[in-house]
Amino acid sequence: MELAFSSEEIVFRDEIRAFIAEKLPESARKNGGRWPHWSKEDVVTWQRILNEKGWAVPHWPVEYGGTNWTAVQRYIFIEELLRTPTPEPLSFNVNMVGPVICTFGNDEQKKYFLPKLRNLDIWFCQGFSEPGAGSDLASLKTSAVKDGDEYVVNGQKIWTSQAHNADWIFALVRTNPNAAKPQMGISFLLIDMKSEGVTVRGIETIDESRHVNEVFFDNVRVPVSNIVGEENKGWDYAKFLLGNERTGIARVGLSRERLGRAKKLAAKLPSFNGPLADDPQFKRKCATVEMQLKSLEITIMRIIDRQRRRNDSAPDPATSMLKLRGAEIQQTTAELLADVAGPMVAPTGQIRAAYEGDFPAELEETLGIIPHYFNSRAATIYGGSNEIQRNIISKGILGL
Amino acid sequence: MRSNVISYLKVFWGFKMDFELSNEQQLLKDSVSRLIADNYDLQKRGAIIKSADGYSKTVWKQLADLGLLGLSFSSNYGGFDGGPVEQMIVLEAFGTGLLIEPYLATIVLSGTAIQSAADENKKSELLSAISNGDHLMAFAHSERLSRYQLSQVETRAQLKNGNWILNGEKTTVLHGGIADTIIVTARTKGSDRSTDGISLFLVPAKTKGITVNSYPTIDGMQAADIKLSNVSVPQNALLGECDKGFLIIENIEQHGIAAVAAESVGAMQCVLDMTVDYLKTRTQFGRPIGDFQVLQHRAADMYVAVEEARSIAIYAAMMTTEKDTEKRRHAMATTKAQIGVSCREVGQGGVQLHGGIGITEEYAIGHYFKRLSMIERQFGDVEHHMTTLSMMDSPD
Repeated sequence: MELAFSSEEIVFRDEIRAFIAEKLPESARKNGGRWPHWSKEDVVTWQRILNEKGWAVPHWPVEYGGTNWTAVQRYIFIEELLRTPTPEPLSFNVNMVGPVICTFGNDEQKKYFLPKLRNLDIWFCQGFSEPGAGSDLASLKTSAVKDGDEYVVNGQKIWTSQAHNADWIFALVRTNPNAAKPQMGISFLLIDMKSEGVTVRGIETIDESRHVNEVFFDNVRVPVSNIVGEENKGWDYAKFLLGNERTGIARVGLSRERLGRAKKLAAKLPSFNGPLADDPQFKRKCATVEMQLKSLEITIMRIIDRQRRRNDSAPDPATSMLKLRGAEIQQTTAELLADVAGPMVAPTGQIRAAYEGDFPAELEETLGIIPHYFNSRAATIYGGSNEIQRNIISKGILGL
Repeated sequence: MRSNVISYLKVFWGFKMDFELSNEQQLLKDSVSRLIADNYDLQKRGAIIKSADGYSKTVWKQLADLGLLGLSFSSNYGGFDGGPVEQMIVLEAFGTGLLIEPYLATIVLSGTAIQSAADENKKSELLSAISNGDHLMAFAHSERLSRYQLSQVETRAQLKNGNWILNGEKTTVLHGGIADTIIVTARTKGSDRSTDGISLFLVPAKTKGITVNSYPTIDGMQAADIKLSNVSVPQNALLGECDKGFLIIENIEQHGIAAVAAESVGAMQCVLDMTVDYLKTRTQFGRPIGDFQVLQHRAADMYVAVEEARSIAIYAAMMTTEKDTEKRRHAMATTKAQIGVSCREVGQGGVQLHGGIGITEEYAIGHYFKRLSMIERQFGDVEHHMTTLSMMDSPD
C-alpha cells in the first residue's frame, strides 16, 4: 500500500493516527487490548469524540455531516481505527440506517434522526431476520397494518444484535401480504424500542455472552411518519443498505490487528525450540494470512475505485467477494489466536472472571480468546452468509 | 501503426490509487487483444507448436511492428519507456491467447538483465536488436540441482588468458534452443550455494563448446538443456559486476514473477469465462448444469481466485520498481504465492467443471490448465514463497 498511497494520503493517514493517539480515551485503549473489547460507554464516548471532530460519518453527504473525503481516505480512516484498535463507529447507525435516511428519508426524518445518529444519541439496531426468514429474508412475516395514522406491528425478529442496548430499531415489515412477489410487499419502518408491546429477550450464545436477541412486537403502534421512503419499497432500501459502504465489510485492519496480537502472544509462549512465534508452522500460518490480506486489500481498492467512477447507488455484487473473503480471514485470525492460547482456552467464563488479577499479566488476554473464537463463527453467517454471497456472485456476476 | 503506438506509450503514468486504464493504455490493450484474437486460436497455436522453430516468426514480427517488444525499454535504446502497467496489459493479453512466442525469455528475462546490468554499448546493441525482433535471447540459470534456490549455481567460469572459460550444465532454459544470445549464470567464486560469487555472461549461442538439447514443454513452449564445455568468451562478455550477479538474478526473477502473474490473470479469466459458458450450455438432468448450486459455488470461488490474482498482479506491477530491496522481495514472494494458489484453484476448477472434455487434448481448457500448472512452478511455487515470507517481517 505504501507505494499506492499518494504523499497527500500518507499525510492524511498520519493525521488520523495522531488524532487517535491524542483523543482515544484511556478506558477504550485499555479495553482494546483485551477481550471482549468495549463497553457501550466506550463506543458512545468514542463516536462522540469523532463527531466533535466531524469524523463520525465520513461517507455521508457533506450536508448531513460527511467529510467529502475520497473513497481511499475513507478506507484509510476506518482501517486506522480498526488496527489501533478503537471502538468502531456503530455500523447500524453510520453504515446502515443513516445512509438509507440520507438517501430515501424525508426532511423531517433527516432533521430529527441524522444528528442523533452521528452523535450516537440514538442507538439503532437492525430488525431484519426472523425465525422463518434467515437467508430467505424476503419471506419475512412481521406485519404492519395501517390503522389511521399509525401502523400496528405484530411479529418477531431474531438474531437482533445489540437490541438490548438499542433505543430504536429499523425493521423490515410486511405492509402488503398480497403483493405479486414477496419482495414487493415490504416496508422499511423505524420503531422506538420503548414503544408499548416491544419485548426484547436475550439469546445466550456459545461464547457465554449476549450479542443477539429476539425482539417481539405485540400490537406495537408506530406513527405512519416513521416509514422511510415509500410504502412497499423497503426491499429496495434494504438492498441499498447492504450494498452501501460494503467495502468496509472486509475489515482488513481488524484482521491485521488480531494477527499482530497472535504474534505477540506467541512470543510469550513456548514451542519445541524456543518461542512459538519462531515456530516455522506458526510463521507459515501468519504469512498465509498476510498474503490473503494483501490480495484482499488491493481488491478493496479496485472496487472502491470502480464505485467512485460508477457514481450510482446500485449495489455492486463484487462486494460479496469482500464479505466472503474478509469474514473467512477474520475467522482464520480468530482460530490462530485460539491455537496460540492452546489449553488455556479451557476455563469457562465464570472461572476466567475469577482469574482476573490472579493471572500472569502478560498472558491475561489468553482468557478472552475462546469466546472471541466462538463469536467469530458468526462472521460468515451474519449480513448474508458466505453461501448467500456465493449465490450473489454466481448470479450477479457470472450470470448463472 | 508503429508511430501511433509510440505516441501513446510515451505517456507519463502515475499510480495514485487509480486502477482505471488511461486512454492510451486502453488503446494498447485493445490493439494487443485484437492482434491475439485475429491471429491466435487453438488450432493455429497447435500448428505453431508443431513447427520447426516452435514459435511463429510472423507473430513475432507483428509484435515487433506493434512496438510491443521494445515496450518497456528506455527510449534511449529505441524502446518506448512503457511502465510496469503497460507490461502487465500486454502479458495479460498474451495469457488470454496462450501465446507461446519467446516473449518471457527474450524480452522480460533477458531484457531485464540487459537493462539492469549491461553497459551502454551492449544496451544499444542488444535492446534495439531484440526490440525489432531480429534477435532472440534466453536466460540460462536453472540447474538440475537448483530447484527454486537462486543462489545454487554449480556452473563455473574462470578467467584464463583474458577469456572467460565456462563449464557446466543448465536445464529447462526457456526458449534456449532458438536464442541467438544466451545469458549464462556461473560461479566465479564461493561454494555452490553462496549468493556471493555468481556472475552473468553474454554468450553467443553458436560459441564452440555449447551443446543445446531443445525440447517442447508441457505448456506448448520450448526449453533446452544446455551443456557448456570449455566455452570461451571474451572478458567483456561479463554482464554486470563480477561475483555480484545475485541481485541481478533476483531482479530478473522478480520481473518474471510480475510477468507471469499478469499472464496468468489473462489465462485464468479465459478459464473462468469458458467454464461459466459451459455451465450455461451443458445440460444434464434436463437443465443446464449451471442451475446446480454446488457448481455455482465452485464457479464463485474460481471468480474470487481470479480477482485475487488480478489484484496481486497489479500489486506486483506497482512493486517491481520499489527501491527498498526487502519490501520488493516481500511483495514479489506474496505475489507469486497468491498467483500459485489462484492458478491451482482456477485451473483445477475449470477442468473439473468441464467434466470429461476437460481432460482432452482437443478442448481448450486443458491447454490453459497446463500453462497455469507451469506458471505455478515458474520462479518458485507456493510452498517456496510461503517459506520465504515466513522468514521475513511483513511491511504492513
